[in-house]
Amino acid sequence: MKLYEIVDTLSLEVKTASSYLTKEVTGGYVSDLLSDVMANSKEGNIWITIQTHQNIVAVAALKDLSGIILVNNRMPDPEALKNAESQGIPILVSSLPAFELVGKLYILGLRC
Amino acid sequence: MTRRVNFRADLHIHTCLSPCADLYMTPCRIVEKASSLGLNIIAICDHNSVENAEVTKKLAKEKGINALPGMEVTSSEEAHILGIFGDIDSAKRLQDIVYENLQAVENDKKAFDYQVIVNEKDEVLGFNKRLLIGSTRLSVEKVVELIHHFGGLAIASHIDREVFGIIGQLGFIPPDLRLDALELSRNISTEEARRKFKEYSHIPWIKSSDAHYLPDIGKASTSFFMNHSTFEELCLTLKGIDGRQVILY
Repeated sequence: MKLYEIVDTLSLEVKTASSYLTKEVTGGYVSDLLSDVMANSKEGNIWITIQTHQNIVAVAALKDLSGIILVNNRMPDPEALKNAESQGIPILVSSLPAFELVGKLYILGLRC
Repeated sequence: MTRRVNFRADLHIHTCLSPCADLYMTPCRIVEKASSLGLNIIAICDHNSVENAEVTKKLAKEKGINALPGMEVTSSEEAHILGIFGDIDSAKRLQDIVYENLQAVENDKKAFDYQVIVNEKDEVLGFNKRLLIGSTRLSVEKVVELIHHFGGLAIASHIDREVFGIIGQLGFIPPDLRLDALELSRNISTEEARRKFKEYSHIPWIKSSDAHYLPDIGKASTSFFMNHSTFEELCLTLKGIDGRQVILY
């Protein structure tokens, strides 16, 4: 599944790296502990979190994640915006809480 | 060269003001325990509040212990950062800003314990009604900046703890974050920490108890080889000025 399909279907707001939405999404991972994401997420995963600190960009880049979805309408910190733009990491924002968003992603066919 | 004295410090002790700490963690008992252990410097670091620090400082002085006012601030990322100060007024200025930015939920005594403010006789003066265990809207960068702005030391709490430790919460320590020290909890040996956190060896390390119960005070501590047991000397020692040294137990 392409990242832009998820963006369209779930009406996500694209905050950064809009030219990188053709990335293939291999699965999903949900966590707000960045150490856990570093240990357990897989390449191509879309990452769902409430963390907005600039370190999310570094973690996504390190793990080659396809993008980051911030839930509950959380907005990325200014440094995170800047770094995500320059590193080509899409940050997407949803008004839904994590539970609902992940439910919808699961229905779309995404798995771990 | 001046002969340095070994001052033993436990720079992370909670009082009965922290909802997760034992009600026996009163200033009198804490000072008594610290004195019996021969600690020279302690820091009172309750969650997001300094309201029991002044009374502890006063009691400790009578026993020849320097009790520094401090606070364990919860950042917006839920990383714990200690702010330790030389005087109570600076600590209170940080507290004002922390209170403004703390989640606006009242402490629920069914879910968390009492948050007790006491006097020098361990008599109850009142209860703090804020949700001190909650997080602030301040990022780690902002917390460190504020602590420095008010002249304090910014120390990342228990970096070996996955939850509430800065590395657990944020994956790694942001390279530009100007921390004065990193704290190891009593759950990790210094040897293990040297292996696990070797990329952070350029930042000074301390070890403290993070005591929530009286018997835990001093279970981990740090030796500061310096001239006096003052806050200013502590700052110089963390910078390694003129051969002053920090030794972990």
